[in-house]
Amino acid sequence: MTVSIRIPTPLRPYTDGESAVTVEGSTVGDALGSLTTVHGGLSKHLRDDKGVLRSFVNVYLSGEDIRFLDGETTPLTEGAVLTIVPSIAGGSR
Amino acid sequence: MNLLIDREELARLHAHAVEGYPHEVVGILAGSRTNHRVHRVQPLVNERADSPANRYKVGGLVLMDAEQALEGEGFEIIGYYHSHPDHPSQYSDFDRDHALPNMSYLIASVRGGEISNTQSWRLLEDRTSMQEEAITIEN
Repeated sequence: MTVSIRIPTPLRPYTDGESAVTVEGSTVGDALGSLTTVHGGLSKHLRDDKGVLRSFVNVYLSGEDIRFLDGETTPLTEGAVLTIVPSIAGGSR
Repeated sequence: MNLLIDREELARLHAHAVEGYPHEVVGILAGSRTNHRVHRVQPLVNERADSPANRYKVGGLVLMDAEQALEGEGFEIIGYYHSHPDHPSQYSDFDRDHALPNMSYLIASVRGGEISNTQSWRLLEDRTSMQEEAITIEN
């Protein structure tokens, strides 16, 4: 499937400034894998050392958080739009 | 990199941090990414009601809406700020773990309800630490 992934502002330096990237993938995980294969600098900011999506990285498929779908195994249809939406978090200790 | 911030906006940020004490407050730094200058401080609501004295969080959709509203006014998103009640303005490991690259993270230390110190940080590319950037107050 050919799908589009929307990239948030702080991550665009890793996609040559592009706000959306077209990739191939049959699941959300596939598509994200294609994205980080082409744009390798994204990987460490999207995933932790174990390869798990970082807690502040939210991925939406047509407005639905993939955590409430089937996560990275969520199937994609042709022309699907994925949006990476970071949350912000932190704290003193 | 040197973070420029309008004097009035820094005062608004500090007022927000003092008002929120002893809880952490959070908000957006908006302005010009080209000049790395903050022209607008946008307070947000800290969603960490379970541990507001030492944690902050703003969910993705809420953040995206706020950022799009600022972008609609012609601002660019430069970074974020939060407060450290009764704690230094040094970033924590938890701050670093959750930081986005290419953004400024301004931290205001509030001690006993008064601003004690303010520093700004940027995540290093390898995510191992954050580097301090100077803050220049502009009139």
